Parts: sequence; structure tokens; C-alpha cells
Amino acid sequence: MDLYTFLIQLLNGVQYGLLLFLVSSGLTLVFGIMGVINVAHGSFYMVGAYLAWSLAGMLDSFWLALPVGVALTVAIGLLLEVLLIRRLYGRDHLYQVLLTYGLILVFEEIRSLLWGDDVHGVRIPQVLSASIPLTETLTYPVYRLWISAVCLGVAALMVWVIQKTRFGMMIRAGSANREMVESLGIDVRLVFRAVFAAGIALAGFAGMVAAPVSTVFPGMGNQVLIVCFVVIVIGGMGSVKGAMVASLLVGLVDTFGKVVHLEIGGLKLLPELSSMTVYLLMAAVLLWKPEGLFGAKR
Amino acid sequence: MMRERAVLAAIVVCVVAVLAALPLFAEKFYVQLFAKIMIMAILAMSLDLLLGYTGLVSFGHAAFFGAAGYALALIAPQSGPANFWTSFPLSVAASALLALAIGFLVVRTRGVYFIMVTLAFAQMLFFLFFDTKIAGGSDGIYIDVRPSARIGGWEPFSLDNFVHVYYVALGALALVYLLLRVLLRSPFGRVLAGIRVNEHRMLSLGYPTFRYKLACFVISGAIAGIAGYLSAVQFGVVNPEMLGWQLSASVMMMVILGGMGTLIGPAIGAALWMLLELGFQSLPQAGGVELGKHWQLFMGGFIVLATLLLPNGVGGAFRRLRTPDDDA
Repeated sequence: MDLYTFLIQLLNGVQYGLLLFLVSSGLTLVFGIMGVINVAHGSFYMVGAYLAWSLAGMLDSFWLALPVGVALTVAIGLLLEVLLIRRLYGRDHLYQVLLTYGLILVFEEIRSLLWGDDVHGVRIPQVLSASIPLTETLTYPVYRLWISAVCLGVAALMVWVIQKTRFGMMIRAGSANREMVESLGIDVRLVFRAVFAAGIALAGFAGMVAAPVSTVFPGMGNQVLIVCFVVIVIGGMGSVKGAMVASLLVGLVDTFGKVVHLEIGGLKLLPELSSMTVYLLMAAVLLWKPEGLFGAKR
Repeated sequence: MMRERAVLAAIVVCVVAVLAALPLFAEKFYVQLFAKIMIMAILAMSLDLLLGYTGLVSFGHAAFFGAAGYALALIAPQSGPANFWTSFPLSVAASALLALAIGFLVVRTRGVYFIMVTLAFAQMLFFLFFDTKIAGGSDGIYIDVRPSARIGGWEPFSLDNFVHVYYVALGALALVYLLLRVLLRSPFGRVLAGIRVNEHRMLSLGYPTFRYKLACFVISGAIAGIAGYLSAVQFGVVNPEMLGWQLSASVMMMVILGGMGTLIGPAIGAALWMLLELGFQSLPQAGGVELGKHWQLFMGGFIVLATLLLPNGVGGAFRRLRTPDDDA
């Protein structure tokens, strides 16, 4: 592998990792703060991607589709929290998993009824459609760089909100001691609702920006969900920092697993078994630190 | 209490009698359907050993079901039948071995981690068979000739015959039920119950809970393997769907529906679930939409409502109706 190929794969890995961070940070925040495990989280990644495709077609602009799509996912998130998710607070994880699994089936079928079961492509917006030439044959698409930049921006915004704002203080306090915060006159239910909707919006947004590079297809949310579970197990549940480190790790391992050739004793291991690399990484972390790299000691 | 037990025993005897006589009067379709239900009942019982009795919420149980099916497909010779008496124990052993490997990693986690890690490892196995060329890749592989149960010149049953498959499934269900019943009443079973209620206390009483949980995980995986082997034999095909998380979630729903922490409950849940699936799949066309094609929509809606309204399963709801005051 020469330097440029390595560089390209490095950028791809980082970009995939940052995208994973947007999805998994929502999942980990909702769990850390409300104690709810939402397996339908990945469905919003899919919903986001399909919204990007259908809205970009309708509005004839990717840039208009983004805010409209985010607004729609926030609305869906709020509605879901009010109707169903708030009934899951404090209940056994088993029931949280089952109810939200039921939601996955519902979302997949609604998607099938609304948009069909075909694979779609979303065109990269004109401004970002250029490629940076690296050598005579190798180029790197500007759009992928833009994804990384946007994801980093959103991540920075998130950290700022959680660490520096009054709302972030409520979030942190609410997750540490719910009763105490309530007795200080803060309506924790509203904080929870906002966090849930924000988490959903992050997943939906990730789906939207990923749509032009990943294509839009049925079941894409479930794929992402399971990788996010791997990220959270590695990073530690409820830790945003852990989600960031683990996302990048998983993104890089997965990307390089697909391009590196590895043979031991004539047995071809990579890239043939590349879909298993991130799970092996998870297994290694479990052996070493069962609570995750940045998880709280239990 | 005594009378209640007598009534329950009478019901069980009646159900077993009806199941035993079913192939005498039912059409082929129903015989096969009930064989499938009984195989799923074995799978649901095996999951309940983890879920209801030990308090381990496994979201990857399909892995052990599918592993035995794939083991049979890989053992079976290209032409001619595999030997039932060797391929069956080998396939179940493959599931048990997989459960030992996965269990060794997952049993050290708890709570929500356990859920995510079991799911993730099951998906790893799914992708191993889905993405590579092993055993037909994403299309799966056919087992053209069913295993033969011939011993010398004598053939006690033939797995080509759907009635025989039905009775093999019924026999396996009965054996698994008895095995679990004995197991759960043994000191081992009491330790598992103790772990569910308070693992720290069991630890401080000197029980190596890690080993107990791992043993439970392996037994559960092996029983799931029995179901997987029978399923592969019944349909003559194995594919990655047998390992998929949809199946894992369905089995969880069967256990919840029938009621966790009982042995009969998951079996009833399996029957309810399969009949419900069949019912939704055969929905007619309405308003230009083929409802039957979108049966998962109804299944999903049903899951959402059932988890909200029936936290203790159908059995729990029944009990609550009967004794509204004792249920505290």
C-alpha cells in the first residue's frame, strides 16, 4: 500500500468513524440520561437517508432538504417520546428492547409503503461535487471531506451544549440525580423529551449527509445500529468521549480491514473476513475491560 | 392450590393427547405447521432458561439455533444422507461449543451490555455466513437428502416423512421439557434462581457465579441447537436468516407472550406467535394495498401494544383476571 492509498483510506476511516459518532452519541446519551435502550435508533438513520432522497427530489435542492428533514425527524422524535418512549422510563431493559424492536418493524414497513423497496442514489450537491487530485490516477472527493468537517462541527456543538450551557447543566444533573433536580423546580420530563428528540435528530442528520455516498436502501438503519452497539460496548455506555474514541477506532478498523491483505499460513483472512473485524475488536475490549474504555466502573 | 395443580395437569395431558393424535386427522399443512411450532417451542424454552430463570437477557439466541443447522449442512455428504445418530449430537455439540466461546465473553457483562453484546456476536456469525462463500453465502444451502436414522437393517423413523418429523419434534419437545424440569429443580437450578434475584449474595455465599452463568448459557445454546437441527431437517435448507436478529427478537417475544420463568409459557407463546404471524401473512388486499405482504407492520404494532399492555405475558394477564387482589 503506497502513501496516497493509505492517506485516502485514513480519511475514509475517519469520515466513517465521525458519521458513526453522530449516530452512536445519540444512542449513548439517551441511555446515559434516561436509562432507555432504543434499538429503533438506527431506523432514524434510514428515515433520514430516505428523507434526504425524497426531499431533495421534491425541493430540487439538497441544502433545503437538510433543514426540512431535520425538522421532520425532530417532530417524529417528539411524537414518539410523548406517545411511547416515556412509558419505558424505569422499566426493565427487556421491555425497552422489545417495544423499540416493534418500532423497527413498523418503520421498515411504513418506509416500504411510502417509498418502496428499491435502492436509490442521492446526487452530491454541485458545490461539493469536485474531487481533489492527489496523483495522476488517485483523487479524493470533496464531499467526503465536507462530511467529516460537518460531523466534527456537530460534535463540537454537542460538547459545548452539554458542558457550557444551562440546558447542558440540566442534562448532566438530571442523569446524575433525577429527584434532586426535580425538587429544584426543573421539569426533567421536558429535558428528557428534548434529549430524545435531539438524539433522533442526530441519527437522522447522519443518514441525510451519508445518503449521497452510501446510497439509500432498505434495512440500512439496522446495519448502522449494530455497529453503534459495538461502538458503545467499546467506548462505554453513556460516555460521549468513549463514543468518540470508539467510533474513530471502529471506523478505521473497518475501513482498513477491507483493503489490507492478510494471510496466515496460506489461510486468507483479510479482506475475506473484513465484516468480522470490528466484532473481534469488541471481543478484545470485553476481555480487557468489560465496562468499555471509558465506562464507569461497576 | 392442590385443585389448581390437578386442573393444570389435566389440561397438559389433554394437550399432549391432542398433539399426539394430530397427524391422524389433520391435513399435511397443519401437521407441518405444528411440527414447526413445537420446534420453536423448544427454542423458546431454551431462551427462557436464560431470560426467565437466570435473568440473562440474550438478544442473540438465533446464533445457536442457526449454528446447529449449518453444522448439519456442513457435515452432510454431497450425495447421500448423513447419519442421524452422529450428525445430531455433533450439530448440537457445535452449538454448545459456540455458546461456550460466546458465553465466555458475554457472561462477564451485565444488564444492557449483555443485550448489546449477545446481539453483536450473533450478527458477527450472521455476516460470516452472509458475506463469505461458506455454505452458499446469502442464499443458504440445501440439505438435499435428509439424515438417515437407520441402525443396521432397522430404521426407527424416516426424516423424509413429514409425520415422522412431527413425532420426532414432539418427542424432542417432551424430552427437553423433562430435562429442564429436572435441571431447574436441582441444586444447579436453585443457584440460577439465586443469581437472578441477587448475584452478589450468591457470590458472597461462595458460588462461582461466572461458571454457573456460563454453564447455563452453554446448556441453553445446546438446546437451541436441538431446535436448529430439527428445523434444518424439516425444511431441508439452512440460510443466514436462521442466525438473524429478527429470529432472536421473535423468540424473545414468544417467551414474553407466554410468560417468563415458566416452562409451558414459552411453548404457548411460540404457538401464539406462529399463528399470529400466519394470520397477518394471510391478510387480504384492502384499498389497493396487499396487507398480507406488509404483515410485519401488524407484527410490529402488536409487539408495541403487547409490551405496553401485557408485561407478564398472556399467562400473567390470565392470572391477574382471576385473582385481581393477590397480584401485589
